[in-house]
Amino acid sequence: MSKILTSYSRRDALRMVAVGGAAGLIAPNLLGKPAFARTPSKPSGRVIVGLGQEPTVFNPLMVHIEVDDGVHFSVFDALFRIDPQGVIQPNLAVEVPNQKNGGISEDGLKWRIRLRDDVRWHDGKPFSAEDVKFTLELIMNPNFRSWRTAGHALVRDITVVSPTEISWRMEEAFAPYLSFLTETFIVPKHILEKEANPNNAAFNQAPVGTGPFKWDKRVAGDHLELVANLEYFGEGPHIERLVFKYIPDLTVLYTQFKSGDVDLVGQPYITPDHYAEAKALPNRVVTLLPRTSFESFYLNLERPQFKELAVREALYAAIDKEAIIQGLYYGVPTPTETFMPRQSLYFNPNLPLHQFDVNRARKILDQAGWAPGAGGIRAKNGVRLSFTNSTTSGDPLREQVQQFLQQTFAQLGVEMKISNLPAAVMWGEFWQQSKFDSVIVGSTYLIGADPDVTNRLHSRSIAAQGGRGSNNAQYANPEVDALLDKGARTFDPEARRAIYHRVQELVRRDLPFLPLYQSNAVEGLKKGINGFVPNGNTRTESWNALAWYWAS
Amino acid sequence: MSAFLLNRFSQSIVLLVIVSIIGFTVLNFMPGGPLAQFGLDPGMTQKDIARLAEQLGLNRPLWLQYLDWAWRLIQGDWGHSFRDGSSVLAVIGRHLLATLLLMGTSTALAIAVGTWIGIRGATHRYSLFDYCATICAMVALSVPTFWFGLIGIYIFTLKLGWVPAGNMYTIGDGSVMDYLHHLILPSLVLSLVHVAIWSRYMRTATLDALSQDFVKTARAKGVSERRILLKHVVGNALLPMITLAGMQLPSILTGALVTETVFTWPGMGRLFLDSLGYSDYPVVMGLLIFSAILVVLGNLIADIVIAIVDPRIRLG
Repeated sequence: MSKILTSYSRRDALRMVAVGGAAGLIAPNLLGKPAFARTPSKPSGRVIVGLGQEPTVFNPLMVHIEVDDGVHFSVFDALFRIDPQGVIQPNLAVEVPNQKNGGISEDGLKWRIRLRDDVRWHDGKPFSAEDVKFTLELIMNPNFRSWRTAGHALVRDITVVSPTEISWRMEEAFAPYLSFLTETFIVPKHILEKEANPNNAAFNQAPVGTGPFKWDKRVAGDHLELVANLEYFGEGPHIERLVFKYIPDLTVLYTQFKSGDVDLVGQPYITPDHYAEAKALPNRVVTLLPRTSFESFYLNLERPQFKELAVREALYAAIDKEAIIQGLYYGVPTPTETFMPRQSLYFNPNLPLHQFDVNRARKILDQAGWAPGAGGIRAKNGVRLSFTNSTTSGDPLREQVQQFLQQTFAQLGVEMKISNLPAAVMWGEFWQQSKFDSVIVGSTYLIGADPDVTNRLHSRSIAAQGGRGSNNAQYANPEVDALLDKGARTFDPEARRAIYHRVQELVRRDLPFLPLYQSNAVEGLKKGINGFVPNGNTRTESWNALAWYWAS
Repeated sequence: MSAFLLNRFSQSIVLLVIVSIIGFTVLNFMPGGPLAQFGLDPGMTQKDIARLAEQLGLNRPLWLQYLDWAWRLIQGDWGHSFRDGSSVLAVIGRHLLATLLLMGTSTALAIAVGTWIGIRGATHRYSLFDYCATICAMVALSVPTFWFGLIGIYIFTLKLGWVPAGNMYTIGDGSVMDYLHHLILPSLVLSLVHVAIWSRYMRTATLDALSQDFVKTARAKGVSERRILLKHVVGNALLPMITLAGMQLPSILTGALVTETVFTWPGMGRLFLDSLGYSDYPVVMGLLIFSAILVVLGNLIADIVIAIVDPRIRLG
């Protein structure tokens, strides 16, 4: 079984490139020659990834930020991995469990995972189901500073059936857990069980994993180096050294990419104002990678001004997205109609398209009875169509968007006042307890790559009404609630797709927020690096460094 | 002498306590805090955040957190970084050498060049050289360092290709020549400001010494100008500079915030900025105490050195 699966990464990567190319994200011929044409017989060469923040957390289970992910994906393996199309593939597991193959019971409560038998830790010790059990238990250890516990908190009765099989019971059926497991990296029991305090373990600064690269060294504040794991069970790695270099100033990060010191620009990527120049650089490939976050004009639906759908529709029609994207954002982001990123398996491409039309906006308001009143501001039943808009202060681009919208809305007879706040104040109680009228916000709705957005759109998740979650628009639609509840219990991807398509339709219709655009990253790499495939279903550009190689 | 040292020591303790209380309070009153960055992570629940706050002891009253921190510090435990779990002293140790290299070089450069410019400006007062030096010093003092840094990278790296665009060394190389090559631009940029400061002080001090009676006496005796300058003027002019050097000593180890960022230099200045950005309280507090101790030591050393070289001054 495991013999057949060793060809996974090549086949899968080929498929990813083909689909990625078709989607127009990155064409194989941009890389100079057909990707994966000739990988070196043994790992050779080095790739330096430039990062704007420093990776410092190397125990993948500990609380960390995005920029640490590249190291985790390279040094460790999870049970599964998610491909660029959002399909879950086996990694340390031999197959993805589902209700058809019996890996997950019909009621969704019993899980059984079969594991590979040919995996070794970097120190030569064999990997086994004991490590998986240890990992899942460590996450829930109350003294351990673990990262996300959602999903893990539902796991009970973890049983090691054999070295290659593990089973557990879930407290309730929870389909998103499968996708959470794609970012739950397995750590070695034989090393960490000896540590009295896992938070300060030596392992955290010199990690031992099963992944395609082994830890070599770190020069704090500067860079860290990984070396190829020649015993890796999958295909690759093809480069001998993988270096993550920390360059705090983003202009300098771009300059070092231009000067050739950096081979590949990682988070937070090339700044949009350099996009046009970067595209014209010789011997560099610069592309836009879809990110998971999307920007919206977010409304507080409990404010009397926004209760009526007509108002929200009129405001949406009055937003000139194209002017904002091209004029202010250097053409980098992509307009969107939904919170679901377009690279997701669950993205609904058939939503009605937004059209900028001030006259239509005016007509909608007229028909709904919002008549111009004192000072030219429209009003209805004593409610003036006047509100404040807030965002993080010190973000010049967003401030320009605000001023731009303020002017358009004024033409409609809608008054928008701007009141921006420092980040820590903005995203504290003001945001969480829905104390705003409207905000401009960039947010990621998905946890991992799972389409479940209960936390953002379920009426149970309104913190201002005593709920637990981040439905700060205070959006409540019983049909959406029911769909979200059903989606979280449904395991079959096709069945789930229908559910989340419908959710997107309803949210697009109800407009609890006016979707502006999906963020893209300006990714730059040297010509000659092959095998680079973007994956918007992960948080890092370095999710598949195992497939990278230099053209010979 | 021992009475002086004892006095100084007790003063220093009071100073350190005051500095640490102010630092701790300001740090904790900054909006946000160490867990704010996880607040927008869609997978982190409020429960997760609360759990972390408890594990890090952040949910305790502020005075208790301070006393706990101070008590541990007295016992030699500087705490552990919130970010990577390493001990604070280890974190500081990892960044110290890089800063010492950069700041040591630029300070030595600044003192040598600044002293020379200052003396020459004073002996050739109102000459073309003096005017140029004054104007250059004003420019160097008023233009932000990051601007000099970026312009330097633009001209000498991108246009001329003479020096690297920052970094302490080439990954995979790290020979002495490689270090020196990388050191040129940042140390020059950094020394610009220090040359400016140093030359202005030195010019004033030299002018001051030149107007003293003993210089007139020496001239009357027919001593050569060169001998007057070297024997009588420079020595006296350097005395106030010892105090200035004592005040600069801490910066050799605490680093340069901006220059280290622009030149991707993994030193203490950038560690401070990063730790502040992450609200890594233990490391920020560690750096604060570390630099406060250095300030105390720098001034103490300057006082002692002045007492040794200037027989007019007695400590006590």
